[in-house]
Amino acid sequence: MRTAYRTGDRGVLRDVAAIGAAMVAVGASFGAVAVAAGLPAWAALAMSVFLYAGGAQFMAVGLVAAGSPLAAVLAGLLLNARHLPFGLALGGTLGQRRWQRLLGSHLMTDEATAFALARPAGPGRRRAFWLAGTLLFLAWNAGTLLGVLAGGAVGDPGALGLDAAFPAGLAALLLPSLRDRDTRRVALAGAGLAVLATPLLPAGMPVLLALAAVVVPALRGRRAAGADSVPDGTAPAGSGKKDGVAPSGADDAGQVVRAGEASC
Amino acid sequence: MLIAVILALAVGTYGFRVTGVLLRDRLELPEWSRQLLPVGAAALLAALAATAALTEAGGFAGYARPAGVLVGLALAWRRAPFVLVVVAAAGTTALLRLLGVA
Repeated sequence: MRTAYRTGDRGVLRDVAAIGAAMVAVGASFGAVAVAAGLPAWAALAMSVFLYAGGAQFMAVGLVAAGSPLAAVLAGLLLNARHLPFGLALGGTLGQRRWQRLLGSHLMTDEATAFALARPAGPGRRRAFWLAGTLLFLAWNAGTLLGVLAGGAVGDPGALGLDAAFPAGLAALLLPSLRDRDTRRVALAGAGLAVLATPLLPAGMPVLLALAAVVVPALRGRRAAGADSVPDGTAPAGSGKKDGVAPSGADDAGQVVRAGEASC
Repeated sequence: MLIAVILALAVGTYGFRVTGVLLRDRLELPEWSRQLLPVGAAALLAALAATAALTEAGGFAGYARPAGVLVGLALAWRRAPFVLVVVAAAGTTALLRLLGVA
């Protein structure tokens, strides 16, 4: 039930290719922007190979061009801190061997993580991670090279609507896991927190703040337990998953609709 | 200077990535917290999708982008193929911008 995309490896390949195509275009835009901002071509290529994190790369180019290299490092690292919890969640998905974990870690992006976690744990999830990780790495770097070579000839990815492609893809990959009530509540609360915090906090922080939402089911569970006049303390934290009082069907449907709104 | 910036960002980012993966092996996590890890990842991904859909540089991203994402999400909801979701989202946003919607 966890995957709406009940497809085999070939299906994953096709889905990754759709995001990969968008990544080539955005990578090309990065290469062109970097060169236009005065960075040497090797720097743009080195960033895409060794840093391999789109958001931080665009940010770094902007801040370096503005003459704030230290801010570029700090802001980029803050933006990428989310990879630590991603790594915790993926864990052994990358493979049993040490080199698989060391190499796979570098291929970890939001999209590769989403493609992996959209599949049930096991060999299928590992193949999805490596397929997405490898293909998207190649797409991003091929795009960067194109952009560096083509320079100003690269069009604006915004005109192609590609900035809508990534959140839509992430949301679509996430949707099946939102059928689980607790996961849905946490994800919605996290998304809401992050959006509300975006005007107030530096980039990267709002998304990290979403992690705080994992306490939501525990809170609901405790409240439900209280409503059932179970003495306080008998419901251990995290027990909300099983003994939380089931809401009416209408409430559930409302949650689902809000899921749609929140992730857009 | 530029080399130092790229190196610091690359090493730091890889550090975040690999630390999570390797920590998972070392930590003897109790069952309840292991169940929390995918839920936490879902919260992060949902937050990424929501902020990427709605915001740009700390402000509202305009109407064209969220409209496209909404179309994609509606299709995903109807279990349309993933490729269609992505293409329809981008296409809707591109079309709206072509029509002059910001």
